[in-house]
Amino acid sequence: MKIKSPKDFWAGLMFIGIGLFFLIVARNYQMGSAVRMGPAYFPTVLGGIMAVLGAIIFFQGLVTNGPKVPTLSFRPIFFISLGLLLFGYLLKPIGFILSIAVLVFVSAFGGHEFKAKEVAILSVVLVVFSVLAFVKGLTLPFPLWPAFMDR
Amino acid sequence: MDMSIFSNLALGFGVALTPINLMYCLIGVVLGTLIGVLPGIGPVATIAMLLPVTFSLSPITALIMLAGIYYGAQYGGSTSAILVNLPGESSSVVTCLDGYQMARQGRAGVALATAAMGSFFAGCVATLVVAMFAPPLAEVALKFGPSEYFSLMVLGLVAAVVLAHGSVLKAIAMVILGLLLGLIGTDVNSGVLRFAFGISELADGIGFVTVAMGLFGIAEIITNLEMKEAREVFTNKVTNMFPTKEDFRRMWKPILRGTVLGSALGILPGGGALLASFGAYTLEKKVSKYGHEFGKGAIEGVAAPEAANNAGAQTSFIPLLTLGIPSNAVMALMIGAMMIQGIAPGPQVMTEKPQLFWGMIASMWVGNLMLVILNLPMIGLWIKLLTVPYRILYPSILVFMSIGVYSLSNNPFDVLLMMLFGLLGYAFTKLECEPAPLLLGFILGPLMEENLRRAMLLSRGDPIVFFTKPISAGFLIASIILLVILLLPNIRKKREEAFVEAT
Repeated sequence: MKIKSPKDFWAGLMFIGIGLFFLIVARNYQMGSAVRMGPAYFPTVLGGIMAVLGAIIFFQGLVTNGPKVPTLSFRPIFFISLGLLLFGYLLKPIGFILSIAVLVFVSAFGGHEFKAKEVAILSVVLVVFSVLAFVKGLTLPFPLWPAFMDR
Repeated sequence: MDMSIFSNLALGFGVALTPINLMYCLIGVVLGTLIGVLPGIGPVATIAMLLPVTFSLSPITALIMLAGIYYGAQYGGSTSAILVNLPGESSSVVTCLDGYQMARQGRAGVALATAAMGSFFAGCVATLVVAMFAPPLAEVALKFGPSEYFSLMVLGLVAAVVLAHGSVLKAIAMVILGLLLGLIGTDVNSGVLRFAFGISELADGIGFVTVAMGLFGIAEIITNLEMKEAREVFTNKVTNMFPTKEDFRRMWKPILRGTVLGSALGILPGGGALLASFGAYTLEKKVSKYGHEFGKGAIEGVAAPEAANNAGAQTSFIPLLTLGIPSNAVMALMIGAMMIQGIAPGPQVMTEKPQLFWGMIASMWVGNLMLVILNLPMIGLWIKLLTVPYRILYPSILVFMSIGVYSLSNNPFDVLLMMLFGLLGYAFTKLECEPAPLLLGFILGPLMEENLRRAMLLSRGDPIVFFTKPISAGFLIASIILLVILLLPNIRKKREEAFVEAT
């Protein structure tokens, strides 16, 4: 068995997996009948269709020729994800201002070049703008500074 | 057509011309132009980003601003297509072909003016089309029962599949994935928590803003960062803006044809600006006697698709306003905006909230006027903006998206979800699975289940009901025909060629 079209092969596998996942999890809920559909009815039908579609796509990947899956670039994936997570989970402990700066700095590492001075200026500009627009203007309830300083 | 359309429009203008609505209309169209000009950020991500901001506005003001972003983006998209040969919006892909060639011949100003005039004309006509066709359609839709709604949604989703690039099967699978994701959370009928895995934040379901920003915003940023930055701005001064007599003679018919075709394609479920511009360019190339000049700077190749994409952008509001069914990803977000404001989208909006309905329609015309007045003098500013490097742009976009998502429920969980959907979206692009059908399915998921349940309850579990009611049967037969046509090998090849040719 040889994978002829990797994009289809992996996409098919993904759809089969997700379809079966919903199908299996839905077994925990009541199925009901066609007249009175329980919470499991619709997801079971959909999950089933999806798994079948996934299987067809999967077999297409084995039969017809197709392009390779392009290589993933882990640098932007890693730094963008990390930046977002840090922003989300640091906002309450270290405050709005510092968490924006963290997001800007970390995500800037995901690009092709990192110019420290430029990033510093950018983060100051973004912090000032965001504080004025979101906290002062739209009065979103964010703590500005770390909890221990804010009292 | 009766005279009430004029009194209705008068009511609409009364709403659209209040200072606050004028101001937000202006903010919307300027923002729309801005993100239209900038490649790498589209109206979907922008509208998703701004949804939390609209919480504090009145419903009509919020919708006027968001609508302005969508059609403003069509204007802006053409600017970067012509000056940089980069489509700022996917709907201006075809404008690159002839617009950029015109710029290279020193006729950038004329191309920009042609695009603006075409768009404005189309915008005016499309406003009238919406005003004329929406009310009768809404009246029909008021008679819809659950089976009609269910079948209509099926048709809408099938249409979304037609429009997706690449494999039909993958697009269908993406729609279903969207439907399934839409079911996460508390089931309204039984109160059972589905697919929540004990995560309390999932009880109310996944926010579509989070999904949209992840799939479209974050994924796009990661994809853009893969590519080397190569942006060459046409720095030649844009001087002569005025088309010659000859130009006018050659552009008016394409503008007219583009407007008609665009208005028609916009109404179709699954339609909108993108389909309209592609269709208009192909049509014009066939019927124009200057067909051989296409691709070498033919003014028709700018006029027709630009008129069409603006017309399509506006008439795609018709299914939204009358049926409550989104025809594309942007309209899906508009539905979200309405629901946030406590308005159930559907045919009853027109009768229950005429100010909202007609105010929005009138604001489209006002917004188009603003765009044509503002845009031409502001082109210098847009050119400057295009020179801003992406390494400055993307951290800024990330900051605004994160703040927007976090503020949805003041919870880092939404930021985490956005990140996960971003990674998922990135994986989808690598596997050639388009995310737009997923978003449509996601919005429609709960609605579809609800209508299916009701229809089946009414028919005592007999699925034949979908085929015995004429309207419902019509929708379903149309969907089946569309799907069969799509899967025929011949047509499939043609469709793939059409997408390749256009990009």
